[in-house]
Amino acid sequence: MLALKLAYKNLLGAGLRTWLNVSVLSLAFVLIIFYNAMIDGWNRQSRNDTQNWEIAQGQYWHPSYDKYDFYSINNAHQKLSDEANSLVRKGVLVPELLQQATIYPQGRMQSIQLRGIPFNQSVLKLPTAKLQNVEDEVKVIIGKRMAKAAKLKEGDGVLLRWRDKNGTFDAVQLKVATVFNCDVAEADNGQIYIDYLTMQQMMGLDNEATLLVYDDNKNPVITGWEFKSADYLLKELDELINSERISGMVVQMILLMIALLAIFDTQILSIFRRKKEIGTYIALGLTRQQVVGVFTIEGAMHSVLAALLGAAYGIPLFLWINSVGINFGSADMGITIAERVYPFYSVGLVLATILVVLISSTIVSYIPARKIARLKPTDALKGR
Amino acid sequence: MNDMIIELNQLTKRFPVGSGFFTALTDINLEFGKGEFAGLVGPSGSGKTTLLNIIGSLDVPSDGSATVMGKSIASLNQKQAANLRNHNIGFIFQTYNLLPVYTVYENVEFALLLQNMSTNERRKAVMQALEWVGLTDKEKSKPSMLSGGECQRVAIARSMVKKPEIVLADEPTANLDSKNSHHILQTMQKLNEELGVTFIFSTHDEKVMQYLKRKISLADGKVVNDELVSMLQ
Repeated sequence: MLALKLAYKNLLGAGLRTWLNVSVLSLAFVLIIFYNAMIDGWNRQSRNDTQNWEIAQGQYWHPSYDKYDFYSINNAHQKLSDEANSLVRKGVLVPELLQQATIYPQGRMQSIQLRGIPFNQSVLKLPTAKLQNVEDEVKVIIGKRMAKAAKLKEGDGVLLRWRDKNGTFDAVQLKVATVFNCDVAEADNGQIYIDYLTMQQMMGLDNEATLLVYDDNKNPVITGWEFKSADYLLKELDELINSERISGMVVQMILLMIALLAIFDTQILSIFRRKKEIGTYIALGLTRQQVVGVFTIEGAMHSVLAALLGAAYGIPLFLWINSVGINFGSADMGITIAERVYPFYSVGLVLATILVVLISSTIVSYIPARKIARLKPTDALKGR
Repeated sequence: MNDMIIELNQLTKRFPVGSGFFTALTDINLEFGKGEFAGLVGPSGSGKTTLLNIIGSLDVPSDGSATVMGKSIASLNQKQAANLRNHNIGFIFQTYNLLPVYTVYENVEFALLLQNMSTNERRKAVMQALEWVGLTDKEKSKPSMLSGGECQRVAIARSMVKKPEIVLADEPTANLDSKNSHHILQTMQKLNEELGVTFIFSTHDEKVMQYLKRKISLADGKVVNDELVSMLQ
């Protein structure tokens, strides 16, 4: 307690020097927390969006299906078993039939992936209700990225050409029923959604699907299908976000090192300039180890004051940012990221940051303070 | 003679200088009783401060022994030495050595913080010490707001607040004018008489010498004279 009290008094007594160090360290504090909260917020939003728009709680894949192998997709389809059909009827399974096709917007040729999905599904947020065909019109829905790439808008028509199961080319005029706004690039880029039954008829693939989107947590075994959990399907997203986190850490560490260097420098200067004070402490009855403790706590307390100062301007700043979000605009980076990312501040993140800064500032304070233990009290009293 | 609270026998202190040694004190044999008002006098480099440092357990003898309050200084570990200083010895320095970020009250209180006293007890003791030196009205001032004489009076209060058996004063008047020096010395004389605290000065100031009851002259690290002034007068 005494060491704490002394350290606190000495720190405040040092005035501007202390507040400069504390300001730099608090900036490091706030930026580290903010950056990680942004990554966490992005992670949470992206996972939620991907689950809401594309994968739900997982997917059952046809054994040959490989989403990165466009040549295999056309052959990766099979009939739904009775157990699968039963789950579809229960509303926990959504079959999707995927085939490669070509569209001709404004006379240009563009390869796309045609996705057949039941218009009455309610598992994914896709506005599939708009796929319900009226008369002879074949309605499709597309995402904003696809719309931009193909220069299509709601109400536009576009010619679709595909090969059915026998390899015969066929074509039909599609009508864009709506353009949806979705943050999941994979569910949007190059994708055209069409009613599942209509697509089966077009392809000649009755009751067949490429994958089954599952929205429950029981994960039953469905014969002939390979279950891919949400965690498995989100692995790439997690890896991408983690790589961002690591590259961010480098910047955070540099920032923290600058702040810690300031504390280290202050400590060295303090010990050099305050030798007489050190001698006085010893003459008044403190052991050298206690004086080392006082100086170490004094340095470490920079981080406590920095946390308080950071909280003083950081909390209002964070609350404001959380109310407006960070606008990533229309920058389409080909990854799942919301137009507005809302940072997520967890107790764990704040505590971990405080702990890292506290421990590192204690270490950089202790290293120069160890010198006191070797100081002769008689020399210290003379300021030598 | 009073009970001996400081005994120095064949005390020698050497400091390493280059490849050899510099001998600061040679064969010092001295005893100090309770309630003495003694001074180590002599020119610079005669060993006064070195001797005070050893008595104050800030340094150890190279040869011989120094026993303070029944404890051999050479055999004390850091913690025991710190404990001895905290409970039994008060220091007064030439440059006051007040802690600049503390108020007068806090500077005086500092020595008591190590003694696990309650806040009320500390308050009482600090105010009493400030009363001894006539600074109760300055308790909230910082050292930078005080004159040299006032700073030294705070240092006296700090050294006296824990009611030590011994106060070691190293050139306490060197930075003070004549008026302040006499004031300080009268204060210390009063505390010596009223509380029976042993005062040992290191000085070459004639003003201090006027107040001493015992004058020990040092030259080149040796005691050349040890006289009881009041007996001589």
